[in-house]
Order: sequence, then structure tokens, then C-alpha cells
Amino acid sequence: MSAVQHVEPAAGPARDVILSVNNIEVIYDHVILVLKGVSLEVPRGGIVALLGANGAGKTTTLKAISNLLHAERGEVTKGAIDFEGERVDRMSPSELVRRGCIQVMEGRHCFGHLTIEENLLTGAFTRKDGNAAIKRDLEAIYDYFPRLRQRKGSMAGYTSGGEQQMCAIGRAMMSKPRMILLDEPSMGLAPQVVEEIFEIVKTLNRKEGVSFLLAEQNTNIALRYATYGYILETGRVVMDGEAKALRENEDVKEFYLGVAGADRKSFKDVKSYKRRKRWLA
Amino acid sequence: MDILYKVLIDPFVQMGAAPDLLVQTVWEGLVSGVLYALIALGFVLIFKASGVFNFAQGIMVVFAGLTLVGFHEMGVPAILAVILTLGVMFLLAVSVERVVLRPLVNQPDIILFMATFGITYLLIGFGELIFGGNPKRMIAEELYLPTGSIEFQTLGGFVQLQKIDIAAAVIAAIMIAALAFFFQTTRIGRALRAVADSHKAALSVGISLNQIWVIVWFTAGIVALVTGIMWGARSDVSFALQVIALKALPVLILGGFTSVPGAIVGGLIIGIGEKIGEFYWGPLVGGGIESWLAYFIALGFLLFRPQGLFGEKIIERI
Repeated sequence: MSAVQHVEPAAGPARDVILSVNNIEVIYDHVILVLKGVSLEVPRGGIVALLGANGAGKTTTLKAISNLLHAERGEVTKGAIDFEGERVDRMSPSELVRRGCIQVMEGRHCFGHLTIEENLLTGAFTRKDGNAAIKRDLEAIYDYFPRLRQRKGSMAGYTSGGEQQMCAIGRAMMSKPRMILLDEPSMGLAPQVVEEIFEIVKTLNRKEGVSFLLAEQNTNIALRYATYGYILETGRVVMDGEAKALRENEDVKEFYLGVAGADRKSFKDVKSYKRRKRWLA
Repeated sequence: MDILYKVLIDPFVQMGAAPDLLVQTVWEGLVSGVLYALIALGFVLIFKASGVFNFAQGIMVVFAGLTLVGFHEMGVPAILAVILTLGVMFLLAVSVERVVLRPLVNQPDIILFMATFGITYLLIGFGELIFGGNPKRMIAEELYLPTGSIEFQTLGGFVQLQKIDIAAAVIAAIMIAALAFFFQTTRIGRALRAVADSHKAALSVGISLNQIWVIVWFTAGIVALVTGIMWGARSDVSFALQVIALKALPVLILGGFTSVPGAIVGGLIIGIGEKIGEFYWGPLVGGGIESWLAYFIALGFLLFRPQGLFGEKIIERI
């Protein structure tokens, strides 16, 4: 069995990193230790997947970056987060959005009593470049999401799950971000819609140059669209590597892609994975 | 049978017999209803945006009124005094956000509610310290508010309307329309509605809750000032006025805590209801219905329709 692959990033100053998270520890309510030293990097223009099971710490990692953690009595107690080379771990969410880093929360969180168009416009709240520019970008969003154009007058609360996810991503795009933290975009959506959402993410990444860090339970689809992946387990990164390498990794296949390895049948084997999974942090 | 006749039939016979009196009573109810609605509006604005039930709304009305009169007594021209009072209300909003809301963010609602009690008594004490405890006359004429009354003959009798009441109704209507316009069409108004809808989502798109809270408390302060002027012009500005804040409670229960139209309709229903109740049914129990009828209606609503007439329609996808 091959050892778990850990592809070292190419060293040197030439690498253009938009976001780097350095060994952060997060504690909720002063007592509950959720992240025990998570480090990751997102290259400019990349799509990076953050994978792992329920409760692994994916959402907490994203919220630590966007600093929505504070509203839930969570706190980054150790480590550093740099966005565009600037320390941002003490910055308010609105300052971060102004600097170009925005989160799309798990479960969409559209404003149910506002229309789709109003939802999109609230995304432009922090912008200062005038109504004409906002109007232009609104049209651009409708071009990316034709379904939203059809539903623009509907209350967001009455639209379908897929439309709400599009609305949430479109709303984030209205802030002219350079980086979107996308939390569980596939949640509760039909496979076809999930595919559609990921295609849009890819298009936005290519055409608008937005970098994505996406937390996803659906390892399969995430690794198809991402360039790089990190796997979290109980608050630690247990594995990382190029998406292609992760896809082909036996452990990932077995634990996250649901493809059982043929030669691992005995209990002893299983135990050895568990050990191995743990050391990798 | 006699009592049933007196309760169920006689009042309506009286209404039919003297329609001019009915019109007069409804009008008076309408006017006090408008003022209840304005106070309730202040409550709803703050409740929606910060989830705080602001017990201090009543004292804010008194405080705004007293500040206005106080500035005028110092020799400031009336219109300038209004502007200065708005400045004071803005300062109040900023300090409430800094000193109370920000440190208590994420605390249970009841703690914030208790904090507004604190604000109430602070404002009472502070107000009495500066302005003294005596009732003051509102500077209605100086603010170009009309005085006197119009009387006209209709329905076989006379109906008398105070001009100040007409002005109050018109100004309230203009202010409500202006608020609706502000909420529906402006960037800040949209952000306020977004915050009312979901604090978390609003945070995530970069809306600063602190900024929104200042704006919404300031808006409630403006509403309080207008209410203070109108109410003060009908009676006097005194600390006794703050009990009207308690009248806003049944209005809110009737209209729904989260609904602006609810506050207005609720205010009018309570206002008209208690005047009519007092006039036609009051004599049956020796009068005094006006002071408790509103709470009685509210109790009925709590039992059968706790979300109020226009309370949050919860949009849920199944």
C-alpha cells in the first residue's frame, strides 16, 4: 500500500497565495476546543476543497476566516490568518467583505422576506462605486444565473433550494469579491442542481478570477472541480494534496468516496488506517 | 334580560340615534390611536432590527419632548431647537449602541430587555435632573402647529375637530409614508430589512450591525420626537406621559411585534375601541373602561392569535 500522499507545495516567492491560514486554534464559549491547529493555503485563482465528515471543523474553519465566528461566541485563540498578505483574524466581517473576502454560509441564508433582486442588491452594501456600476454587475449576475432573472421579483423564501443557493452565491458576487468561502453548496440539493452550481462556480472562477475555498461533504464532486484539497478530521488537517492525487488515494477512496479497497478485509487493516489517519496532522 | 339588552342592544341604538356623537367619538379615538401607533412604531423598528424589546421607547418620547422645550427655554429658536434635539437623539442612539448593545451582543433577549429598563430609569433620572419634574408646555405655536378647532354641522348635530389633532394625523401619515419609502427603496432601508430578516446572513454580506443599530435607534428617536411634540401639544410634556408606552404594549400584541402596518392598524383599533367602549359601554360599569379595555383586548388576542393581526408570516419551505 502506498503511503498517504502529501504533495509539498512548490516553495519559493513565485507562488501567489491569496489566503493563508496558519495553525489556527478555535475555541467556542471559552471551553469547547473545535480546531486544533489547522493550516491551509489558497492560491490566487484556485479552487480549494475542504473535506471531511460532519463535525470535522469545516464550517468553523470558514467562519474563522470570515470572522462570523464571533457572532457565535467562538474565538481564534492561536495562529494567524492572512488575506492578501494582511492579518485579518481580528477584522470584522464587514471590513473583510470590503477587502474582497466573503462567505456564503451553509444553508444559503437568503433573506426570505426580500425579493431575489433585493437579496442580490444587499450584497453590494459595502460597495462605494455608485449605482451605475452596481446595476451593471446585477445584469452580469443575471447572465450567469438566468434562473434568477426569471425569479427576480419573487420573495427569496418562496424559491427552490437551488435558486436560493444561486441567490446566495450571486449575492456574494455582488460585493465584487476576490475570494469566496463557500460552505456546503450541495446541501439538500438534487444531484443535477449540485452539478449546475459547481459548473457556475467553475465559470465564475475562470471568467471573474474569483478564488474559492469550498467546504463540502460531497467529496466526489468537490474533488472533481477543485484543484487542491484538504481533509479535516476532528479539528485537524489529516491529509492534503492535489485534487487528482486525493481522488486516486486509497484511503480517501475508502473513507470518503465509498469505494472499498479490495485487499483490506481484516480488522487489523482497518485499525492500521485509523492510526495512520491520525498521525497525519 | 335587562342587562343583556343594555350590553348588546342599547349602545347601538344610541349610536344610531346620535350619529354626530358617534363620529366625534370615533375621531377622538382615531387621534389617540395615531399617537399609540407612533409609539408602537418606535417599538417595532427596534424590535425588528435588534431583537430588543425596548422598554425605554415611552421615556424616549418624554425625553425628546423635554429636550425640545428645554432648548427653547434657553432661547434657541423653535426650528433650531428641533434640529438640536435630533442631534441629542442621535447621540443617545450612538451611546445606547456603544454602552448597551455592543457589550451585550449575543446575550439572551431577557438581558437586553432588562438593559432597556436601565435606560428607562437613567433617562428619567437624567431628565428630572436637567429639566426638573414639572410638566412643561409644548411649544406648539412656535413650531407653526395650528391651534383652535373647526366645528361643522353634520348628521343632525355638531362635530368638533381640534386643528392640532388634524395636524397630528397628517404628520403621522407623512412620517409613516416617508419611513415606508426609506425602507423599501434606499440602500440603508434594504439593509435594515435584511438585518430584520436574518442577523447572520446580514453579517455575512458585510452589513455592519453596529451601524444599523445606531440608524434604527436614531429612527426610533425621530419617531419619539414627533410623538412627543404631538402628544405634548394636546396635553403637557411630563414624565406621566411615559405610561402611554404601556398602552403601546396591547397595540403591539394586537398588531404583531414585527409588523409596521400592524403597529398602525393596532394603534387605531385600540384608540377607537377604547373611546367607543368608554362612551357607550362605560356607564354600565360606572366608567373607567378606557384604562383597561386595551389590555382586555390584548389578552383575548394572546389567547387566540398570539402572533397578532399582522405578525411575522413565517416563510417556510417544505
